[in-house]
Amino acid sequence: MRPAVVVDIKEVADLSAEIAEVHGHLRIGARVVMTDLMADDRIRRHFLALVEAASVVGSVQIRNRATLAGNICNASPAADTAPALLVYGAIVNLIGAVGARRVPLTEFFTGPGRTVMQKGELVASIDLPVPPRPAGAAFGRVTRRYGVDLATINLCCRVDASGETRFAYGAVGPRPFLVTDSRGALTDLAASGDAKAEALRELIAQASPISDVRGGREYRLAMLDVMSRRALRTAGERLRAQ
Amino acid sequence: MSATVPVKLIVNGRAHSIDASPHHTLLEVLRDQIGLTGTKECCAEGECGACTVILDGEAIDSCLVLGVEADGKTVLTIEGLATGDRLDPIQQAFLDHGAVQCGFCIPGMIMSAKYLLMTNPRPTEDEIKEGLAGNLCRCAGYSRIIAAVTAAAETPGTK
Repeated sequence: MRPAVVVDIKEVADLSAEIAEVHGHLRIGARVVMTDLMADDRIRRHFLALVEAASVVGSVQIRNRATLAGNICNASPAADTAPALLVYGAIVNLIGAVGARRVPLTEFFTGPGRTVMQKGELVASIDLPVPPRPAGAAFGRVTRRYGVDLATINLCCRVDASGETRFAYGAVGPRPFLVTDSRGALTDLAASGDAKAEALRELIAQASPISDVRGGREYRLAMLDVMSRRALRTAGERLRAQ
Repeated sequence: MSATVPVKLIVNGRAHSIDASPHHTLLEVLRDQIGLTGTKECCAEGECGACTVILDGEAIDSCLVLGVEADGKTVLTIEGLATGDRLDPIQQAFLDHGAVQCGFCIPGMIMSAKYLLMTNPRPTEDEIKEGLAGNLCRCAGYSRIIAAVTAAAETPGTK
């Protein structure tokens, strides 16, 4: 690679290093790093599962440099912040020579390492809508090592006062993806175990894990069930605590 | 790229003015240009932590930062911890607890421990493990390293 010019975009003032409150959203600037997210009181209050996700990315050293924007632009199917951003309804603000556009994160990833971004586009910020109703969410991940590892599976669960349950799954398909259950069985304390198991099965069925160096297909499917239940339980506890 | 970029940085309290090649990492600049070889190159991809230094108060992998990015910044390396013959309490604890085997991971480990104790002066064992999770020791000396960091945390004057 012999570029004529190299531009460090971290020096571009229009790419903010701040988390701003904008029209009922928290706007996370392109230069915000994982450590910043973990320390921000507003992110901790409204988007705790994103803090959980950010806190497992890489290592302390990595988290002091890794930006949230960079994590989604790299578009690994195993990106740790993606499941949390998906259940929280993240919207990506893109800027480029052709202008600005907003893309829901659910439409942002197109495949392993691929996004809708065109040549010359940059992520300016990521918006998270502050939830209008009480909600609870929890992040979970399975790795081989304790630190500095890629997820065998990762996921996030979000439940809110309306009974809607959202799950987002990573490392079990070509891109992180969101699935929603609006029927309420998963959050209904009175629903039968069978009804809950069936609802969970339908959500997990949308995953397409493969066998690779980080785990076998069968193991991933088994862990999707285990980790989904754990995240659902924690998310429910957090919702009820509000 | 043949043109160099002027870079002014403060390393261990001393100002340096150098001409850095833009494609050189901070690790390469520290070792090869400034001559501070205490910081080690191992994986060169941010997985092992051997190259850990503290840049503007944050622990980072210096193999993942370009030298030119350090312009106007302050760097603390392993060489900056001792004052003359007086070792930093973390360094002393590593010696006292036999935490140094081959020694290669140690500068990075100590810098991560330094950063941990700067930000969390009384860490639990789990917090120590989390704080050092970005540093690999191929001699598997982890238990003595954890003991050393625990002891350093309990030593007055460690910060």
